[in-house]
Amino acid sequence: MTTRADDVALYLKRRARWSPFEIAFWIFAFATIWLFPGKYLILKDTAILALFALSLDLILGYAGIISLGQAAFFGLAGYFSGLVAKYGFINEPVIALLCAGVIAAALGFVTSFLVLRGSDLTRLMVTLGVSLMLGELANRYSNITGGADGLQGVEIAPIFGLYRFDLFGHNGYVYCLIVLFVCFIIARRIIYSPFGLSLRSIKGNNLRAAAIGIPVKWRLVSIYTVSAGFAGIAGALLTQTTAFCSLDVFSLERSADLLLVLIIGGTGYLYGGLIGAVIYKFLQDWIANLTPQYWQFWIGLVLVVIVLIGRARMSAWIGAVRAFFNRLGARLMPRLPALGGAGSEGH
Amino acid sequence: MPILQTIGLEKRFGGILAAQNVNLAVEPGARHALIGPNGAGKTTVINLLTGVLRPTGGRIEFEGRDITGLLPHQRVRLGMARTFQINQLFLDLTPLESIGLVVSERLGAGANWWRLVGTKAAVTDEIVEIAERFHLADVMHERTAILPYGKQRLLEIALAFACRPRLLLLDEPAAGVPEAERHELLATVAALPKDVTVLLIEHDMDLVFSFAERISVLVNGALFVDGAPDEVARDPRVKAVYLGEELDA
Repeated sequence: MTTRADDVALYLKRRARWSPFEIAFWIFAFATIWLFPGKYLILKDTAILALFALSLDLILGYAGIISLGQAAFFGLAGYFSGLVAKYGFINEPVIALLCAGVIAAALGFVTSFLVLRGSDLTRLMVTLGVSLMLGELANRYSNITGGADGLQGVEIAPIFGLYRFDLFGHNGYVYCLIVLFVCFIIARRIIYSPFGLSLRSIKGNNLRAAAIGIPVKWRLVSIYTVSAGFAGIAGALLTQTTAFCSLDVFSLERSADLLLVLIIGGTGYLYGGLIGAVIYKFLQDWIANLTPQYWQFWIGLVLVVIVLIGRARMSAWIGAVRAFFNRLGARLMPRLPALGGAGSEGH
Repeated sequence: MPILQTIGLEKRFGGILAAQNVNLAVEPGARHALIGPNGAGKTTVINLLTGVLRPTGGRIEFEGRDITGLLPHQRVRLGMARTFQINQLFLDLTPLESIGLVVSERLGAGANWWRLVGTKAAVTDEIVEIAERFHLADVMHERTAILPYGKQRLLEIALAFACRPRLLLLDEPAAGVPEAERHELLATVAALPKDVTVLLIEHDMDLVFSFAERISVLVNGALFVDGAPDEVARDPRVKAVYLGEELDA
C-alpha cells in the first residue's frame, strides 16, 4: 500500500518534471540571442506572438474556450503602456508591463461573464464584439490614442534604469524572451497544479466536473482572467519595444492570426503557441521575401494544406520530435527518466 | 430524520409532467432503491436531486437543510455525490489523475494554481485507497478512454465515492456491463461502507432485490409504492405495472 502510494506520488511528480525536449527547447531559444544577431527584430516579434499565442492556448487548449477577441487585451495593454510612458506616469518598463497585464486581466475578468454563456459560436461572436468595440473606442478618442496616425511620441525609459532599448533590438529581444520565459513558467505551473487539472476536466466533461464538486464557472472566470493578463503583457511588450502603438493592435487579423498559430502548433501542451509562432513568423518572412505582394496567398495555401493533413498527424510529428529529444536526453542523463510513458499530455 | 427528503417535488417540461408530487424519504445508512418502468421519470428525479435540473415545484432537503436552490457543485460539497447512467468520465485523463482531481478538489486544493499535483501525502494515500477499493490499481496509468467498459463503470462510481459523500446516488451502475465484468462491479457496490447512504436507481431487478433494503416505485413521474422489498414484490399493482410492461415489450 505505501509502496503504491510512493509510486503514485512519484508518477505525479514526474508528470510535471521538465522533459529533455523542453530543456533543449529553451536552451535553443536563449541561444538564438548569440546565434542570430541580425534577426533580432523578427525574433522579438516571434517571442511576442508566442506569448500572445500562449495566452490563447491557456483558454483554448486547457479550458476549451475559443476566442476571436484576444486582441482586445493585447490592444488595451498596448495603449496603456504607450500612454503611461508618453505622459511619464510609469517610467520603469517592467512595472509598466505588470500594470498593463493587470489592466488587461481586469478587462478579462469583466468580460469573462459574457464568455461563460453559450456555445463556441456565441463565444467567437462575443469575444470578437468586445475587441471591435474597443478598437472603435480607440478610434473615436483619437485625442488620447492618436487615432489612425497611431500613438506618437512614446519614449520608453531603460529597463531598471540600466538597459536601454537599442537600435539593433538586442535588449528588446532579450527583454521579450525573458518575459516570455517567466510567463511560460507561470503557465506551466498553473497547468500542472490541481487548478490546471480541474480545467482539463472541465474541458473534458463539464457536466461531470460540476458533479464532483468543481465550481466550473469560477474556474473558467479565473483562467480567462489569467489569459487576458498574458495577452496584455504581450501587447505591452509590442508597444514598449517599438515605442509606438496603432489601431491595428485591436484588429480582427491579430486575433485570427493567433488561431492560425495554434492550428499550426497544436493546442493543449503549452508549446503549441511557441512552436506555431516560430513556424508562422519565419514562414511569413520567407514567403514575403519571395513574393512581397502576394505572400498571403501562400500563407492561405499552407493553412489549407495543414488542415487537410490534419492536426492529429501534425501533433504526431511534433510528438515524434519530442520523443526523440526525450530519448536522447534519457541516454545523456540516465538518472532522469524520460516522460515518454506519461502519454496523458498533449493532443 | 431522513438524510434526504423531497416534499411535493415537481418537474414540468412544457406540457409534460416528468415528476409530480414526489415525496421521497431516504433514511441515513439506507440501501434504498428507486425503480420504475422505462420513462417513469427516475433520471428526472435524480437530476432534480443533484441540481442538474431545477424543479418547477416542491422542495428538497438534505440532512434537514433546504438545498432546492443550490448548484450541483455546492450539493457535492454538502456531501451528496452521484454517478451517471451513461458514463461521464474524463477520457483524456488517467484514473489516477481523475481520482486525484476529485480528492484534491475535496480537500480544498482545487483552486490552488501554484502547488503541483501529488505533492501531498494525504492525497496520494487516498488515491491509492480508492483505486484499490474499485479495482483500478492495475490500470491507474492508462488513459480512461482505452479502459474496458467494466473498469470505466467502476471509475464512474470511484469518482463519486472520492467526493466522500454521505449520500451516494447510483444511476443504473450495472447498465451495459458485460457478464464477465459484472460480478466485480456488483461485489464492489455491495462492499460500499455502511456509513454511506446509497440511493440506487436501477432497472436490473436481480441487483435491486439483492441490494436494497427499501424500494420506492416510480410510475409516470409519481411515487407509486414505497416499502420493504418483499412488500413491494408482493404488491399486485407493482406486478401489474411490470407485467404490463413485459407484455408490451
